[in-house]
Amino acid sequence: MHRGKGMKFVGDSRIKAEKTSQIPKDYSEYPGRTEAFWPNFLLKEWLVGAVFLVGFLILTLAHPSPLEGMADPTDAAYIPLPDWYFLFLYELLKYKYASGDFILFGILVLPGLAFGALLLAPFLDNGPGRRPHQRPIAVGMMLLGLVSVIWLTYTSASHVNWQERAEANKPIPESSVVVDTEHEGFAAYEASCMTCHGAELEGSAAAPTLVGIEYTPEEIATIAKEGTGSMPAGIFTGSDEELEQLADFIITVNESAE
Amino acid sequence: MLQKVYDWIDERIDITPIWRDIADHEVPEHVNPAHNFSAFVYCFGGLTFFVVVIQILSGMFLTMYYVPDIENAWKSVYYLQSEVAHGQIVRGMHHWGASVVIVMLLLHTLRVFFQGAYKKPRELNWIVGVLIFFVMLGLGFTGYLLPWDNKAYFATQVGLEIAEQVPFIGTELKTLLAGDASIVGAQTLTRFFAIHVFFLPAALFALLAVHFILIRRQGISGPL
Repeated sequence: MHRGKGMKFVGDSRIKAEKTSQIPKDYSEYPGRTEAFWPNFLLKEWLVGAVFLVGFLILTLAHPSPLEGMADPTDAAYIPLPDWYFLFLYELLKYKYASGDFILFGILVLPGLAFGALLLAPFLDNGPGRRPHQRPIAVGMMLLGLVSVIWLTYTSASHVNWQERAEANKPIPESSVVVDTEHEGFAAYEASCMTCHGAELEGSAAAPTLVGIEYTPEEIATIAKEGTGSMPAGIFTGSDEELEQLADFIITVNESAE
Repeated sequence: MLQKVYDWIDERIDITPIWRDIADHEVPEHVNPAHNFSAFVYCFGGLTFFVVVIQILSGMFLTMYYVPDIENAWKSVYYLQSEVAHGQIVRGMHHWGASVVIVMLLLHTLRVFFQGAYKKPRELNWIVGVLIFFVMLGLGFTGYLLPWDNKAYFATQVGLEIAEQVPFIGTELKTLLAGDASIVGAQTLTRFFAIHVFFLPAALFALLAVHFILIRRQGISGPL
């Protein structure tokens, strides 16, 4: 072991006067063939890395990263869920003796013991033997912890309908709709359609959005008079000229959205 | 030409020892999958570092578009996903990399644990490694909020409520992270951004440097 005191250096540099090797001792004490790190072994590592990268990129391309709708703090119905590697801690807090009056047990004592033991493992498991069967307690505790974490993660994840969640929380792109209230058809829209289809044609629980529809003006006029799907006939009650202006208005808004 | 440049620099600052420290060493047979395929377990640590490099690079590119502000954070991510060329892929790499790095870290930790490789004289490096694991979890927790979508917002709110229940320092801890004792909002987002992009990566780089220097000083543990 080197001590700072009494060490000699070359000139004012940090290079030690006594020649000592920084390089770890020779591996010749282990039986078998060694290989130079540079360039032989690094090339093989490079190949492993390349294969790994291909797999990783395939994952990335096959599953686009999810994005839900913009955060809405007033959405009281939203069920929060952490990222998957925190699910086990989240699930732990659902147990009776890890929540309520025992919450400190769930958030501090148990995780603190587990991660504290992980941090100090070399000092808790300080015997000379390295093989797993020579240290049954340490290995047993690790297996127990591992199984618990996997079990908690699995229970937590199995309660979630991931597909449904993704469907219900799709990102809604910002509306780029321009509603020209000066348009001659707006009055007709306001009188007949707005109650259900909304001020920005965004739709409501009763009616679909009118943005992004692929109808001709004639078809829009027909639907306005005769209805379609759950929309009853006879909702529009104006003149033919107003009907034409209405169809033109809806087409104009659609064009602005593109 | 290159040799001349190298010699010119080497003459002045003596870089050959640095090079020898980094790359000039022997790799023992028992960690070399080319000799013994089961030695592939020794790849986990290197692959973890590889994913960390992916995270750093993709994260650097993400900050070119990301805006840490509650009005624009979600919009900038949405824009990056839907409009920017290859933005989907860059964000995808950062998103999936965050999960893959945890998996690789876990595998690496288990390899070291079950081989008892943390025993004397490598106790310190194990501690540094576990600290790296904690920093990674912190990066995962803070990064989860940044897209500012619903799942990010509500998960962070729950996380901060848990922090609040810590005795004595709970409220202070929550205020430190969220910027306010009760609101999860603009302050929280900028703080999480700063923690995710500056504080934790700084800690990570320092720990990684120590981790690698210790490996080079002590060498890889022998075969079982």
